[in-house]
Amino acid sequence: MKQIRWTLWVPLALFGAFFVLVASQLMNPASTTVESAMIGKPLPDFALKPASADRPGLATSDMQDGQPHLLNVFASWCVPCAAEAPQLSALERAGANIVGVAIRDRPEDVAAFLAQHGNPYSRIGADDLSEVQVGIGSSGVPETFVVDGKGIIRYQHIGDIRDQDVPMLLEKLKEAAL
Amino acid sequence: MIAEFGLAALWLAAALAALQLVAGALVLRRDEPGLAALVRPAAVVQGLLAALSFGALLLLFVQTDLSVRLVAENSHTAKPMIFKIAGAWSNHEGSMLLWVAVMAMAGGLIALIERRLPERTLLATLAAQAFVSLGFYAFLLVSSNPFERLSPAPLEGNGLNPLLQDVAAAYHPTTLYFGYVGLSVAFSFAVGALLTRQVTPDFARAMRPWVLGAWIFLTLGITAGSYWAYYELGWGGWWFWDPVENASLMPWLAATALLHSASVLAARDALRAWTIMLGVVAFSMSMIGTFLVRSGILTSVHAFAVDPERGSFILALLTLYIGSALTLFALRAGTVAEGERFSVTSREGALVVNNVALSAILAIVLVGTLYPLLTEAFGIKVSVGPPYFNPVSALFFMPMLVVLAVGPLLRWRRDSLGRVQNEVVLVGVIALLVLAGVWFNTSIGLLPLLGLALSVAIAVGSILPLKGRSLRRLPLAVWGMVVAHFGIAVALFGMSADSAFTKEKLVAATPGETVEVGPWKVTLEAVEPVAGPNWTALEGVLAASYKGGKPKQIAPQSREFWSPVQKTSESALLTRWNGQLYAVIGEEIDGGRWQIRLWWKPFVTWIWYGGLLIGFGGFLALLGRVMGDLKRRSLQARIARRRRTAADEEQAA
Amino acid sequence: MKRLLFLIAFALAGPLSAQDSLPPAPYAYKQLDDPRQEAEAKALMETLRCLTCQGQSIADSDAPMAGDLRHQVRVRIARGEKPEAIRAWLVERYGEYISFKPEVTSSTWPLFALPLLLLLVAAFVFRNKLGKKA
Repeated sequence: MKQIRWTLWVPLALFGAFFVLVASQLMNPASTTVESAMIGKPLPDFALKPASADRPGLATSDMQDGQPHLLNVFASWCVPCAAEAPQLSALERAGANIVGVAIRDRPEDVAAFLAQHGNPYSRIGADDLSEVQVGIGSSGVPETFVVDGKGIIRYQHIGDIRDQDVPMLLEKLKEAAL
Repeated sequence: MIAEFGLAALWLAAALAALQLVAGALVLRRDEPGLAALVRPAAVVQGLLAALSFGALLLLFVQTDLSVRLVAENSHTAKPMIFKIAGAWSNHEGSMLLWVAVMAMAGGLIALIERRLPERTLLATLAAQAFVSLGFYAFLLVSSNPFERLSPAPLEGNGLNPLLQDVAAAYHPTTLYFGYVGLSVAFSFAVGALLTRQVTPDFARAMRPWVLGAWIFLTLGITAGSYWAYYELGWGGWWFWDPVENASLMPWLAATALLHSASVLAARDALRAWTIMLGVVAFSMSMIGTFLVRSGILTSVHAFAVDPERGSFILALLTLYIGSALTLFALRAGTVAEGERFSVTSREGALVVNNVALSAILAIVLVGTLYPLLTEAFGIKVSVGPPYFNPVSALFFMPMLVVLAVGPLLRWRRDSLGRVQNEVVLVGVIALLVLAGVWFNTSIGLLPLLGLALSVAIAVGSILPLKGRSLRRLPLAVWGMVVAHFGIAVALFGMSADSAFTKEKLVAATPGETVEVGPWKVTLEAVEPVAGPNWTALEGVLAASYKGGKPKQIAPQSREFWSPVQKTSESALLTRWNGQLYAVIGEEIDGGRWQIRLWWKPFVTWIWYGGLLIGFGGFLALLGRVMGDLKRRSLQARIARRRRTAADEEQAA
Repeated sequence: MKRLLFLIAFALAGPLSAQDSLPPAPYAYKQLDDPRQEAEAKALMETLRCLTCQGQSIADSDAPMAGDLRHQVRVRIARGEKPEAIRAWLVERYGEYISFKPEVTSSTWPLFALPLLLLLVAAFVFRNKLGKKA
């Protein structure tokens, strides 16, 4: 009888563990974003047709020209994508080479979106079946990837680009160029 | 005026709960008849006041008094009355008020009728009940006042989440709540018994009706919730092992175990400490479930009322309750003797199998649900879903169900399988025959295959206890057991048949086109617009004919609600005794073709019929227990009267 | 009247379903012709998480991305890829989070140790607590 007394404390100990777990979770809630597991890995092979009339489409080989790129996953129907347009333009003015991947979009909608919000892209591929999006582990719009000159994904930014993200992304681009 | 009245009643109820707690606790330390006499009346009046307070809230919702913030945020004048009423508890504050009101009424009822327990144990129980209630009163009065006014009052309310504008959804949380509250009563009984070291068969008998009642509500709540998810989410799934579903399953598992261990304690004075433990665990699971749902720390399809701040409040409350109860348990349970012994092959032995298996499943569901949180703390995101829960819980469910098929035939204390040899062989042969029959005729997965065989075996096994007994003289409680166990067989059959034999058809059809799914031929006749009180919809008119029979019309809709704006798809169902045809209409694609999703789900309805049967069995058992108690009490009263008159006559002589 | 209702319904449908403007991917709402392959695809889809919805599988969701993933799964199954290879391909992109089926790894082994531990406890209960004397 004596030696099993300690087992009576086991339930309380288990509850204590539960408490620590959920309390720590309540204090710093987990991020709800799903990060890509493709950082440090090469882009998958793809060749997308142009998403608008005045820019060429996008293929993996375009990203392997020795120059780092920003790959912006966007869509005309996505509200935060419109919100980040000024920041993208700022990045472009600062010398970033930005390519776009338009998710599930009609060419006329993309054209209207670019006419309204400006066009910072050097190339825009139309990803009608989200194939490239899935291929690079992106789970929403907008997302922005830093890709180095060999076509290796170096960094992922989830959500719209805010003002304070602009210098950070430029820094990441510079690192990718090394 | 009504709102202020409701708030005042709530404050008074809280004050009485405080009195009930303090007086009860003092009486525990030393005998004070004056204080002891306060506890029962305090509990009764507290119950009345809390009920009045909730009544006031209901009235505000019925009148759609938009000057009350809660009404403005959760109701709308254009809403049908049935949903206006449901609006009173389909939100955080209202549901907490309902919780505390039901709990207070339960406490009042105990104070009124319970005479079996030693008075000290009963007062300790009521004090524990007041302790739990006070936390909720504090929560309501400090941070979630349901009666708060808005100034100026808005012209129109916000409405209610359209997904919840549905009868099953509006009422299923309340059934779960009644279940949780019933378990809080069991918790109080357990704490009261521990405090006064009175873990006796009488304690089990006093607690049992409350556990039964709670369990019936939980069973019906889960059944309704599952059916709601089935037809409302539009993909024909009825159980996803989603965190919110698991949160409702865990208290049920614990309550089911408690129900069976309480039977052992009541009949045989065994499993004392274990029953106390389960009493604490069952209520803990209700609180943990509520916390997981409300705090939103787990991602779920059903996350409607998420608020991290309230989450912390609930966490604080549950830590207080569970922490103190478990500490008390650790200190006291050692002094509770283990109780009577019994052999493995006995009724108790079978019930221990049930308890061990249910506890193991509970542990698996709890750990599986929380595991993603654990890895998240180390920066790794994982998902635990059906491919884990199904086989791992089956590992314990299956042996338990095997024992369920023959366990009720065993005698208490000590029995041998030899005595029930014929029955065991019969059930075993039936199971093997079904297994072989299904195995040779179809190619289905292992779990559905075992499920089908077991369900038939349990169906037969569950009615065997009736053999050789006079059906008219059989106690209601035994009928309850038979019906509930039969219900398990029915539900298991439905689950297995649905997962093994469902036929799915996804098509893009033009009006006039006919599609085949299983034995059905379904024709899309037209797509028409329709309007409801707060929505418009596109409705697909389908004519469905079963095996060439007369076609029947069904009309799935794609609905747009405008207050608040949301899109839902309303599935249409065609029910036969042997299954359901399930139809959903989606979007129009490439001009004039409509996406139609069709499923033929054989015997799927048996899942919920089974759930209803289980609940009904519980109801029969409850009725039997309560009537038995009343009969015993009136018998005792008559004997006492006769003794008194005899004594009087003696004196007179 | 009917026409008017139609217009209202469509007008309301417009901005809401303006999640995106393209029709769903070809195999998002279309089954494979081979029933065996479709069953394989279906079983796999039920165990993959829809990343843009909360806690649903891609088999139970109307989200466009779930549709695109269903398309991917069906096309790859039709091409002859094994379901577990497709799962691995997705896990390589999104991490273990996307799969509802935990594998035994350094981060998930406790999930699988638990039932074994429980079996041991159950065995202990039956050996030591019962059956000694009755």
